[in-house]
Amino acid sequence: MVPLSYYLVLSGFLFACGVAGFLIKRNIITIFMSIELMLNGVNLSFVAFAAHWHSLAGQVFVFFVMVVAAAEAAVGLAIIIAVYRTRETLNVDQVNLLKL
Amino acid sequence: MLSIHLILFLAFGAVCVAGAINLLAQTHPINSALSLIAVMAALAGEYLLLGAEFVAAVQVIVYAGAIMVLFVFVIMLLNAGVEEHTSGSRVAILFGVPGLLLGSILLAWVFLRHSGTVAVAAGALPGDPRTIGQLLFHDFLLPFEITSVLILIAIMGAVVLASKPPTAPAGKVD
Repeated sequence: MVPLSYYLVLSGFLFACGVAGFLIKRNIITIFMSIELMLNGVNLSFVAFAAHWHSLAGQVFVFFVMVVAAAEAAVGLAIIIAVYRTRETLNVDQVNLLKL
Repeated sequence: MLSIHLILFLAFGAVCVAGAINLLAQTHPINSALSLIAVMAALAGEYLLLGAEFVAAVQVIVYAGAIMVLFVFVIMLLNAGVEEHTSGSRVAILFGVPGLLLGSILLAWVFLRHSGTVAVAAGALPGDPRTIGQLLFHDFLLPFEITSVLILIAIMGAVVLASKPPTAPAGKVD
Protein backbone atom coordinates (compact mmCIF):
# COMPACT_ATOMS: atom_id res chain seq x y z
CA MET A 1 0.00 0.00 0.00
CA VAL A 2 1.47 3.31 -1.09
CA PRO A 3 -0.07 6.52 0.26
CA LEU A 4 -1.74 8.73 -2.33
CA SER A 5 0.47 11.61 -1.20
CA TYR A 6 3.61 9.82 -2.46
CA TYR A 7 2.18 9.75 -5.98
CA LEU A 8 1.20 13.41 -5.68
CA VAL A 9 4.69 14.36 -4.48
CA LEU A 10 6.28 12.54 -7.42
CA SER A 11 3.80 14.15 -9.81
CA GLY A 12 4.46 17.58 -8.34
CA PHE A 13 8.21 17.08 -8.60
CA LEU A 14 7.96 16.11 -12.27
CA PHE A 15 5.79 19.16 -12.94
CA ALA A 16 8.23 21.43 -11.08
CA CYS A 17 11.14 20.00 -13.11
CA GLY A 18 9.16 20.72 -16.27
CA VAL A 19 8.55 24.32 -15.21
CA ALA A 20 12.22 24.77 -14.31
CA GLY A 21 13.35 23.30 -17.63
CA PHE A 22 10.92 25.53 -19.49
CA LEU A 23 12.44 28.57 -17.80
CA ILE A 24 16.17 27.77 -17.76
CA LYS A 25 16.67 25.85 -21.01
CA ARG A 26 17.71 27.84 -24.08
CA ASN A 27 17.25 25.19 -26.75
CA ILE A 28 13.75 25.36 -28.20
CA ILE A 29 13.51 21.55 -28.53
CA THR A 30 14.49 21.01 -24.88
CA ILE A 31 11.92 23.62 -23.84
CA PHE A 32 9.36 21.61 -25.76
CA MET A 33 10.43 18.42 -23.98
CA SER A 34 9.96 20.20 -20.63
CA ILE A 35 6.33 20.78 -21.60
CA GLU A 36 5.96 17.05 -22.22
CA LEU A 37 7.45 16.42 -18.76
CA MET A 38 4.82 18.71 -17.22
CA LEU A 39 2.03 16.83 -19.04
CA ASN A 40 3.43 13.53 -17.75
CA GLY A 41 3.43 14.81 -14.19
CA VAL A 42 -0.23 15.79 -14.55
CA ASN A 43 -1.05 12.36 -16.03
CA LEU A 44 0.41 10.62 -12.99
CA SER A 45 -1.81 12.62 -10.63
CA PHE A 46 -4.83 11.83 -12.85
CA VAL A 47 -4.18 8.08 -12.58
CA ALA A 48 -3.43 8.27 -8.85
CA PHE A 49 -6.68 10.13 -8.18
CA ALA A 50 -8.58 7.68 -10.39
CA ALA A 51 -7.36 4.81 -8.20
CA HIS A 52 -8.08 6.81 -5.07
CA TRP A 53 -11.66 7.76 -5.92
CA HIS A 54 -12.45 4.46 -7.70
CA SER A 55 -13.46 6.26 -10.86
CA LEU A 56 -12.15 5.32 -14.28
CA ALA A 57 -12.87 8.81 -15.62
CA GLY A 58 -9.41 9.85 -14.46
CA GLN A 59 -7.80 7.22 -16.66
CA VAL A 60 -9.92 8.25 -19.64
CA PHE A 61 -8.76 11.83 -19.15
CA VAL A 62 -5.17 10.62 -19.46
CA PHE A 63 -5.97 9.56 -23.02
CA PHE A 64 -7.30 13.00 -23.85
CA VAL A 65 -4.15 14.56 -22.40
CA MET A 66 -2.08 12.21 -24.56
CA VAL A 67 -4.05 13.15 -27.68
CA VAL A 68 -3.54 16.85 -26.98
CA ALA A 69 0.16 16.19 -26.31
CA ALA A 70 0.51 14.33 -29.60
CA ALA A 71 -1.23 17.13 -31.53
CA GLU A 72 0.89 19.70 -29.74
CA ALA A 73 4.09 17.78 -30.52
CA ALA A 74 3.22 17.52 -34.21
CA VAL A 75 2.34 21.20 -34.64
CA GLY A 76 5.10 22.43 -32.31
CA LEU A 77 7.84 20.48 -34.05
CA ALA A 78 6.57 21.73 -37.40
CA ILE A 79 6.83 25.28 -36.05
CA ILE A 80 10.37 24.53 -34.83
CA ILE A 81 11.31 23.32 -38.32
CA ALA A 82 9.82 26.48 -39.84
CA VAL A 83 11.68 28.69 -37.34
CA TYR A 84 14.95 26.89 -38.04
CA ARG A 85 14.43 27.26 -41.77
CA THR A 86 14.07 31.05 -41.57
CA ARG A 87 16.52 31.84 -38.74
CA GLU A 88 19.09 29.01 -38.79
CA THR A 89 19.11 28.83 -35.00
CA LEU A 90 17.39 26.90 -32.21
CA ASN A 91 18.39 29.28 -29.44
CA VAL A 92 15.35 31.12 -28.08
CA ASP A 93 17.50 34.12 -27.12
CA GLN A 94 18.09 34.75 -30.82
CA VAL A 95 14.42 34.28 -31.73
CA ASN A 96 13.13 37.37 -29.94
CA LEU A 97 11.72 39.36 -32.86
CA LEU A 98 8.69 38.66 -35.00
CA LYS A 99 10.49 40.48 -37.78
CA LEU A 100 13.10 38.51 -39.69
CA MET B 1 7.60 -2.67 6.88
CA LEU B 2 8.41 -2.20 3.22
CA SER B 3 5.86 -3.93 1.07
CA ILE B 4 6.77 -5.05 -2.45
CA HIS B 5 4.38 -2.38 -3.76
CA LEU B 6 6.22 0.38 -1.94
CA ILE B 7 9.62 -0.94 -3.04
CA LEU B 8 8.49 -0.95 -6.69
CA PHE B 9 7.02 2.52 -6.29
CA LEU B 10 10.29 3.83 -4.88
CA ALA B 11 12.36 2.13 -7.60
CA PHE B 12 10.27 3.56 -10.46
CA GLY B 13 10.04 6.90 -8.68
CA ALA B 14 13.82 7.06 -8.34
CA VAL B 15 14.19 6.49 -12.09
CA CYS B 16 11.61 9.24 -12.71
CA VAL B 17 13.38 11.73 -10.46
CA ALA B 18 16.83 10.90 -11.83
CA GLY B 19 15.59 11.20 -15.41
CA ALA B 20 13.86 14.53 -14.75
CA ILE B 21 16.99 15.98 -13.12
CA ASN B 22 19.17 14.62 -15.92
CA LEU B 23 16.87 16.30 -18.46
CA LEU B 24 17.65 19.62 -16.79
CA ALA B 25 21.35 18.93 -16.33
CA GLN B 26 22.21 17.80 -19.87
CA THR B 27 23.10 20.44 -22.43
CA HIS B 28 22.72 18.34 -25.56
CA PRO B 29 19.08 17.85 -26.63
CA ILE B 30 19.54 14.20 -27.58
CA ASN B 31 20.64 13.38 -24.02
CA SER B 32 17.63 15.24 -22.67
CA ALA B 33 15.36 13.30 -25.03
CA LEU B 34 16.78 9.95 -23.89
CA SER B 35 16.32 10.84 -20.21
CA LEU B 36 12.76 11.91 -20.97
CA ILE B 37 12.16 8.47 -22.51
CA ALA B 38 13.47 6.91 -19.27
CA VAL B 39 11.04 9.06 -17.26
CA MET B 40 8.13 7.97 -19.45
CA ALA B 41 9.04 4.27 -19.22
CA ALA B 42 9.29 4.50 -15.43
CA LEU B 43 5.94 6.32 -15.33
CA ALA B 44 4.43 3.38 -17.22
CA GLY B 45 5.62 1.21 -14.33
CA GLU B 46 3.90 3.53 -11.87
CA TYR B 47 0.67 3.26 -13.87
CA LEU B 48 0.93 -0.55 -13.70
CA LEU B 49 1.29 -0.30 -9.92
CA LEU B 50 -1.91 1.74 -9.83
CA GLY B 51 -3.72 -0.93 -11.87
CA ALA B 52 -3.99 1.20 -15.00
CA GLU B 53 -2.61 -1.42 -17.36
CA PHE B 54 -4.08 0.01 -20.57
CA VAL B 55 -2.80 3.50 -19.72
CA ALA B 56 0.64 1.98 -19.10
CA ALA B 57 0.64 0.26 -22.49
CA VAL B 58 -0.51 3.43 -24.27
CA GLN B 59 2.11 5.43 -22.36
CA VAL B 60 4.88 3.21 -23.73
CA ILE B 61 3.47 3.00 -27.27
CA VAL B 62 2.33 6.60 -27.80
CA TYR B 63 4.53 8.67 -25.49
CA ALA B 64 7.81 6.80 -25.25
CA GLY B 65 7.31 5.42 -28.74
CA ALA B 66 5.64 7.80 -31.18
CA ILE B 67 6.05 11.25 -29.63
CA MET B 68 9.66 10.78 -28.55
CA VAL B 69 10.59 9.27 -31.91
CA LEU B 70 9.22 12.49 -33.44
CA PHE B 71 11.41 14.53 -31.08
CA VAL B 72 14.55 12.51 -31.79
CA PHE B 73 13.78 12.72 -35.51
CA VAL B 74 13.55 16.53 -35.38
CA ILE B 75 16.73 16.79 -33.27
CA MET B 76 18.61 14.76 -35.87
CA LEU B 77 16.96 16.57 -38.79
CA LEU B 78 17.95 20.01 -37.49
CA ASN B 79 21.37 18.81 -36.28
CA ALA B 80 20.79 20.45 -32.90
CA GLY B 81 24.01 21.03 -31.01
CA VAL B 82 24.98 21.90 -27.46
CA GLU B 83 22.99 24.88 -26.20
CA GLU B 84 24.87 28.03 -25.35
CA HIS B 85 23.96 30.03 -22.27
CA THR B 86 23.69 33.78 -22.00
CA SER B 87 23.98 35.91 -18.86
CA GLY B 88 20.19 36.04 -18.62
CA SER B 89 19.85 32.27 -18.53
CA ARG B 90 22.62 32.02 -15.91
CA VAL B 91 20.60 34.35 -13.68
CA ALA B 92 17.57 32.14 -14.36
CA ILE B 93 19.54 29.06 -13.22
CA LEU B 94 20.81 30.93 -10.15
CA PHE B 95 17.29 31.75 -9.03
CA GLY B 96 15.42 28.88 -10.68
CA VAL B 97 17.16 25.88 -9.10
CA PRO B 98 16.74 27.04 -5.46
CA GLY B 99 13.19 28.05 -6.37
CA LEU B 100 12.54 24.57 -7.75
CA LEU B 101 13.94 22.95 -4.59
CA LEU B 102 11.94 25.26 -2.33
CA GLY B 103 8.73 24.68 -4.29
CA SER B 104 9.19 20.90 -4.31
CA ILE B 105 9.87 20.77 -0.57
CA LEU B 106 6.86 22.97 0.17
CA LEU B 107 4.63 20.86 -2.08
CA ALA B 108 5.89 17.61 -0.52
CA TRP B 109 5.34 18.97 2.97
CA VAL B 110 1.78 20.04 2.20
CA PHE B 111 0.87 16.74 0.53
CA LEU B 112 2.46 14.53 3.17
CA ARG B 113 0.91 16.51 6.00
CA HIS B 114 -2.63 16.70 4.71
CA SER B 115 -3.15 13.38 2.95
CA GLY B 116 -0.45 11.16 4.41
CA THR B 117 -2.75 8.49 5.78
CA VAL B 118 -4.77 7.67 2.65
CA ALA B 119 -3.35 4.63 0.91
CA VAL B 120 -3.90 3.45 -2.65
CA ALA B 121 -4.11 -0.32 -2.99
CA ALA B 122 -2.26 -2.05 -5.82
CA GLY B 123 -4.65 -2.71 -8.66
CA ALA B 124 -7.55 -1.23 -6.74
CA LEU B 125 -9.19 -0.19 -9.98
CA PRO B 126 -9.02 -2.51 -12.98
CA GLY B 127 -8.15 -0.33 -15.95
CA ASP B 128 -8.37 -3.04 -18.58
CA PRO B 129 -9.07 -2.13 -22.23
CA ARG B 130 -12.64 -3.47 -22.10
CA THR B 131 -13.83 -1.19 -19.29
CA ILE B 132 -11.85 1.77 -20.60
CA GLY B 133 -13.32 1.27 -24.08
CA GLN B 134 -16.88 1.08 -22.78
CA LEU B 135 -16.38 4.31 -20.84
CA LEU B 136 -14.64 6.02 -23.74
CA PHE B 137 -17.30 5.15 -26.31
CA HIS B 138 -20.36 5.75 -24.13
CA ASP B 139 -19.82 8.42 -21.50
CA PHE B 140 -17.03 10.25 -23.28
CA LEU B 141 -18.18 9.85 -26.88
CA LEU B 142 -18.51 13.57 -27.65
CA PRO B 143 -15.05 14.54 -26.29
CA PHE B 144 -13.62 11.56 -28.17
CA GLU B 145 -15.09 12.77 -31.47
CA ILE B 146 -13.93 16.33 -30.79
CA THR B 147 -10.36 15.13 -30.18
CA SER B 148 -10.46 13.36 -33.53
CA VAL B 149 -11.23 16.73 -35.16
CA LEU B 150 -8.33 18.22 -33.15
CA ILE B 151 -5.98 15.55 -34.48
CA LEU B 152 -7.16 16.20 -38.04
CA ILE B 153 -6.50 19.94 -37.67
CA ALA B 154 -3.10 19.22 -36.10
CA ILE B 155 -2.12 16.97 -39.02
CA MET B 156 -3.10 19.63 -41.56
CA GLY B 157 -1.34 22.33 -39.54
CA ALA B 158 1.85 20.28 -39.28
CA VAL B 159 1.88 19.59 -43.00
CA VAL B 160 1.27 23.24 -43.88
CA LEU B 161 3.88 24.53 -41.42
CA ALA B 162 6.63 22.04 -42.18
CA SER B 163 6.26 22.00 -45.95
CA LYS B 164 8.75 24.03 -47.95
CA PRO B 165 7.42 27.49 -48.84
CA PRO B 166 6.92 28.03 -52.56
CA THR B 167 9.89 29.64 -54.22
CA ALA B 168 9.64 33.41 -54.11
CA PRO B 169 9.06 35.14 -57.45
CA ALA B 170 12.05 36.94 -58.92
CA GLY B 171 12.62 40.44 -57.56
CA LYS B 172 10.95 39.75 -54.22
CA VAL B 173 13.33 40.16 -51.30
CA ASP B 174 13.04 37.22 -48.89
